[in-house]
Amino acid sequence: MYLYDQYDQAMVDARVAEFRDQAQRRLDGKLSEDQFKPLRLMNGLYLQLHAYMLRVAIPYGTLSSRQMHALADIADKYDRGYGHFTTRQNIQYNWIKLEEAADILADLAKVEMHAIQTSGNCIRNISSDHFAGAAADEVTDPRPYAELLRQWSSFHPEFAYLPRKFKICVIASDRDRAAMKLHDIGIQIVEKDGEMGAAFYVGGGMGRTPMIAPCIKDFVPLDRLVSYAEACLRVYNRYGRRDNKYKARIKILVHEMGADAYAKEVDEEFAHLLDQGVEPPFAELERIRTFFEDPAFAAAGADDEIDRSDPDFALWVDRNTHAHKADGYVSAVVSLKPVGGIPGDATAEQMHLMADLARDYSFDELRVMHTQNIVLPHVRKSDLHKLWTALDEAGLGTPNLDRIGDIIACPGLDYCSLANARSIPLAQKISQRFADNGKEETLGELKLKISGCINACGHHHAGHIGILGVDRKGTENYQLLLGGSEAEDTSLAKITGPGFTEDGVVDAIETVSDLYLSSRVEGERFIDTYRRIGMTPFKEALYG
Amino acid sequence: MADPQYPAEGGLGQGHDEVQLRYRDDELVDHASVTVDSFLAQSNASAVRIEPGDDTRELLRHLERIRLVEVNFPSFGDGRGYSAARILRESGYDGEIRAVGDVLVDQIAYMRRCGFDAFAPERPLNESDVEAALNRFPHVYQAAADSRTPIWNLRHGDAA
Repeated sequence: MYLYDQYDQAMVDARVAEFRDQAQRRLDGKLSEDQFKPLRLMNGLYLQLHAYMLRVAIPYGTLSSRQMHALADIADKYDRGYGHFTTRQNIQYNWIKLEEAADILADLAKVEMHAIQTSGNCIRNISSDHFAGAAADEVTDPRPYAELLRQWSSFHPEFAYLPRKFKICVIASDRDRAAMKLHDIGIQIVEKDGEMGAAFYVGGGMGRTPMIAPCIKDFVPLDRLVSYAEACLRVYNRYGRRDNKYKARIKILVHEMGADAYAKEVDEEFAHLLDQGVEPPFAELERIRTFFEDPAFAAAGADDEIDRSDPDFALWVDRNTHAHKADGYVSAVVSLKPVGGIPGDATAEQMHLMADLARDYSFDELRVMHTQNIVLPHVRKSDLHKLWTALDEAGLGTPNLDRIGDIIACPGLDYCSLANARSIPLAQKISQRFADNGKEETLGELKLKISGCINACGHHHAGHIGILGVDRKGTENYQLLLGGSEAEDTSLAKITGPGFTEDGVVDAIETVSDLYLSSRVEGERFIDTYRRIGMTPFKEALYG
Repeated sequence: MADPQYPAEGGLGQGHDEVQLRYRDDELVDHASVTVDSFLAQSNASAVRIEPGDDTRELLRHLERIRLVEVNFPSFGDGRGYSAARILRESGYDGEIRAVGDVLVDQIAYMRRCGFDAFAPERPLNESDVEAALNRFPHVYQAAADSRTPIWNLRHGDAA
């Protein structure tokens, strides 16, 4: 775990003081809402349908037990006893009072957390692989590079007023668990001829114009990482469109210029910046790396064999654990998707429990997944049964990772001022339907993602099945999409045809999943069958 | 950091070009700035005004004759001017860079870091707010066009 030093702490403390002053001026009527808005947005404070919403940054999705306890305390003290984990690996609180917002930031600062740059047209929280530092398939832990970029991007004076928001993701495996190519910049740490470097994918994104990022540089040496990132951002800041908010993301710039032309501009800027002293001393990267060294894993022993005599436990192990690089360990996924529940929500009690379980069984560490679940990254196989028992008793043991019940859903019209349709009740209905009819088990891996508007916070473009809520003449209507993937085989889902009512789209999902079941050949997932047989049979089943 | 010089009443400029804050000791340029296109077409201008869509790099061949660059911010949310200022400083320009237009107190600290050393905001700023904003953050994480030492250099032995 990265730990703040005096400098990191001083910066966060200064931000709290600044915001306390700004919020007080707003409360005293010295600032209008128009004047206050850009200031509160720089601290992740949104004004939503019913209340203020605060988005707290969780850098690269990594939390300590102490931090998770603090998030639970905030849910209890300032909200209604729960929080919502997001597709950006952050947490949002939905019922915040402006009078208390600065106190929350102060509570966060005590555990080395903040809400800096969680909104606004700036570089947002850096996301990463939720199995970083644990996965057997990574070339290195990507988080030191994410942390370096966190520092570089924090209070960056040139890039605070970009054309639009900017999201960066860092992974270090050929297996993409972080939707890397659907970010403004996706970075993959790679090894080439015994040297480590960074491949840059620039111009991906979802929203109303989804695009998969092209690779614009296959190898940037690690001692030039910041300079190259700075060049990418400067070209965007100078040339990104500002005439139309919907065409302002970097994906449009890269698309309109062409990836080669954009890459050429970046190379010229990069060559110029190499002489400007923007790169941190390499010793800083080495210092950061020391915080991410492996915990003291126990030597593999005789009790590494998992006792599978309890079938419910065995099912959870099969579904919700992931191969670890250390013998005798796995990463365990805590599902925040109970049958019929609200995806990504956790109560304060559940957060406290997860924090305690991380302390007892996972070297004090937790991760937030972009799929809105929580990972205990380093669990000894011999502890798994105790862990599962405790989770199951708290409603956190649902064995549905990457199943149809493991739905990504944005907050939707229940909370969000941008939404056109509700996402949460639909997710609850789908989850309930496929639990009741027993098909979840048979369907296998099936990633379902729901967005309540075209901004695509629920990643519907990247769902094996995606749902987009729209407003059709004042009524909520749901479009169905098929064939998306946010993994290393990134693809964008296509709309099946005319939309459905809320109940109609639940039926439609059952129709397409039944067609998959009757069409699949041995070993095919839903997405594989879709790619083999194409859209036409699905359309016929839905509308024929 | 030098104390700002406050130009005397009736000093340079009119209307929204009134310089409110200046962090330089040299003489104010006493003639109006011209557009980038005009500047490139005439050889005697020493003050030029950059609009957000202008390519700052076109000026780099002429830096020796420029004494003032005004960077216009029609809206505070258009951040192209930050890159313009940094590019000028990175190219060795040490004349005045003046932010004009929709310049708000919350932008001043970042503008200073990008190389702006004079401000002519449309609406005058409260000077004690400016002072507070400039002194709010004790450190900086990254290198920019100012002389502040980034945190990551401080950590590894460089003096502030």
